[in-house]
Amino acid sequence: MTVAIDRATGKRRGDHGPRPGLGQRLKRSYQKYWYAYAMIAPVVLVLGVLVLYPLAYGFYLTLTDANSLNTARTIGVNEIEATYKFIGLDNYADILWGETAYDRFWSHFIWTIVWTGACVALHYTIGLGLALLLNQQLRGRTVYRLIMVLPWAVPTFVTVFGWRFMLADGGVINAALETLHLPTPLWLEDTFWQRFAAIMVNTWCGVPFMMVSLLGGLQSIDTTLYEAAEMDGANAWQRFRYVTLPGLRSVSSTVVLLGVIWTFNQFAVIFLLFGSTAPDAQILVTWAYYLGFGQQPRDFAQSAAYGILLLAILIVFTSFYRRWLNRNDQQLAI
Amino acid sequence: MSTLDLDTSTAVRGSSGRAAKTPPPAARARGKRGLLGTLAAHGTLTVASLIALFPIAWLVFLSLGPDKDDYLHPERIWSKMTFDNYTFVLQETNFFDWLQSSLIVSLGTTVIGVLIAATTGYAVSRMRFPGYKKFMWVLLVTQMFPVAVLMVPMYQILSELQLIDTYFGLILVYCSTAVPYCAWLMKGYFDTIPFEIDEAGRVDGLSPFGTFVRLILPLARPGLAVAAFYSFITAFGEVAFATTFLLDDEKYTFAVGLQSFISEHDAQRNLMAATAVLIAIPVSAFFYLVQKNLVTGLTSGGTKG
Repeated sequence: MTVAIDRATGKRRGDHGPRPGLGQRLKRSYQKYWYAYAMIAPVVLVLGVLVLYPLAYGFYLTLTDANSLNTARTIGVNEIEATYKFIGLDNYADILWGETAYDRFWSHFIWTIVWTGACVALHYTIGLGLALLLNQQLRGRTVYRLIMVLPWAVPTFVTVFGWRFMLADGGVINAALETLHLPTPLWLEDTFWQRFAAIMVNTWCGVPFMMVSLLGGLQSIDTTLYEAAEMDGANAWQRFRYVTLPGLRSVSSTVVLLGVIWTFNQFAVIFLLFGSTAPDAQILVTWAYYLGFGQQPRDFAQSAAYGILLLAILIVFTSFYRRWLNRNDQQLAI
Repeated sequence: MSTLDLDTSTAVRGSSGRAAKTPPPAARARGKRGLLGTLAAHGTLTVASLIALFPIAWLVFLSLGPDKDDYLHPERIWSKMTFDNYTFVLQETNFFDWLQSSLIVSLGTTVIGVLIAATTGYAVSRMRFPGYKKFMWVLLVTQMFPVAVLMVPMYQILSELQLIDTYFGLILVYCSTAVPYCAWLMKGYFDTIPFEIDEAGRVDGLSPFGTFVRLILPLARPGLAVAAFYSFITAFGEVAFATTFLLDDEKYTFAVGLQSFISEHDAQRNLMAATAVLIAIPVSAFFYLVQKNLVTGLTSGGTKG
C-alpha cells in the first residue's frame, strides 16, 4: 500500500506500534512503498545514466591530464588509444593557486560574481518597478505588458544577434550617441564596455520574466490589506514597505534564486555576443567552454575541473540561501 | 504559491473588465492618481515598451536591406527595401534542414522528457517515501548544472558511442536537464489537483497507477502542456551543446545555423537578420498563445507539498 499523507500535518497515517525486525521491516517497507519507487524509477534511471554517470566520469577526468591530444580518438581508419594519466588533484590546485591562477581563474571568478550580482539586481528592481506600474488601473496596460514580454518571447540566440548589429562600431547605438555628441565606446572590443554591454543585453533579456512573476505576486496580495493600511494612515511608501514587500516574499525568494542560477550559468548571451574575441569578458561558464572546446589542444581535464568547481559554488550558494530563508521563516516556492 | 494561479488571467481581463464596471468609491479613492502621476506612469511604460521592442524591430528593419553592410547605413535601406533576403534564405540556404533538425531535437526531448517525468511528478506530489528529500534535492541540483559540468564527459562518452553529430546524442544530452525539470514542474501542477480525487479513486478500487492514469492524467493536461512547452523552448534555444556536438552543417539546429552566417572571413548580416526574423515570428507567436500558463507553471509548486 502506498502512503496517504495528511496534508495538515504532513505526517504519514499509520506510523505506529513497536519496531518489528529488520527483515520484516524491509518487507513491509517494500510493500508500502513499491508504488512510489516504481513511479520514480524511470527518472532515477535517466538521472543515473545521463547525469550521475557522466558526472562521475567527468570528475574522474578532472583527476587526469586529459586533452584532445591524448584521449582516445579516431583519425581516418586509425584508432588511437588514450594515453592520459592520473595526476590526482593537480588540476584543482593549478586552477585555484597555480601560477597565473589570478588571470585564469580569479579574475573570471570576480567578474562572474559582479555579473551575477549586477544582472539580478537590475532584473529585480526594474522588473518590480514595471510590475508596480502595471498593477495599477491604467489604460492600455495589457498592451504595455504584451510588448514588454517580447524579449522573453523571442529566443535569446536570435535577439543577441540583433544586439550585436546595434552595438557594432558604426551601429545604430553609436550613431545615436554621436548625434548627441556623446562618446562612442567600442562596445564589442574594449573590455570595460564589453562587460557593460553584456550586462545591458542580459538585463534586457531577463527583465520580462521578473516582471511577469512579480506582477503575479502583486495581484495575489489581498487588497483589503491596502485598505486597512490606508485606514491606519499609512502613506504610499509605508504601504509598499509593509504590505507589498512582505506579500511578495515567497515569489521574490524564488525568482531571485532562479535568477542567480540562470545568470551564473548564462552561456548564450556572452558566447554569442563576443564569440572568442573577448577573453576578459568571459564568465566562468563560457571560460570553461573555451578551455574545453574553443582552443587547440582542447584541455578536457581543466575544463571539467572548472565545471565541477562551478557546480560546487552553486550548491554551496543554494544551501546557504535556503538555510537563510528557513531562518527567516520564508519558504521557497520551488 | 497557490496565489500565483490567478496571476495573468486577471491581468488580461483587468483593463477591460474593470473599466466596464464602475469601481466602488473606496477603491477609486485608493487607486486615484493625480494627472501628473498618470502621465509619468504612461511615460515610463512607453519608454520601457520602446526599449523592449526596439532591438527586435531593428532586426526586422535590417533584414529588409539587401546589402550585408546595410546595418552600418540604415538610412539607405529606406530607398531599396526588399524581401530578397527572405527569398534567398528560404531557397538557397539550409534553412529547412535547420528547421527539421531543430524540430527533431526539440520534439524528441519534449516527448521523452514528459513521458518519463509524468509518473515521477505524481509520485513526489502524492507520496512520501524514504529518500524523498534526497530525491527532491537531486532534482533541484540538476536544474542548476552549468553547461560546463556535463559537457566534457558527455562529449567523451558520446564520441565513444559514435553519437557525436547525431540527433539522438543531442536529445540524450538535453534529456539530462529536461527530465528533472519536467518532473519538478509537474509536481507543482499535480499539487494543485485536490487529493480528494485520488482518495475517491482509491475507494472505488483503483490502484495508484490506475488513479494516476484514469483520473489525474486527464486533469493534468494543462500542466503537461506547460512542461512540454518549457522543454521545447529550452531545447530549441540551447546553444552550447548544439554548437559543439553538431558538426555537419545540414544537421545544425537554428541556434548553430544562425551563427554560421558569421564566419571569420565573411559576415552575411543581411541574411542572418532575415533568418533571425523567420525563426522569431513563429516562436514568439506560439509563446503568446501559451504565456498565460508559464509563470504559474514555474512558480506554483513546492510550498503546497
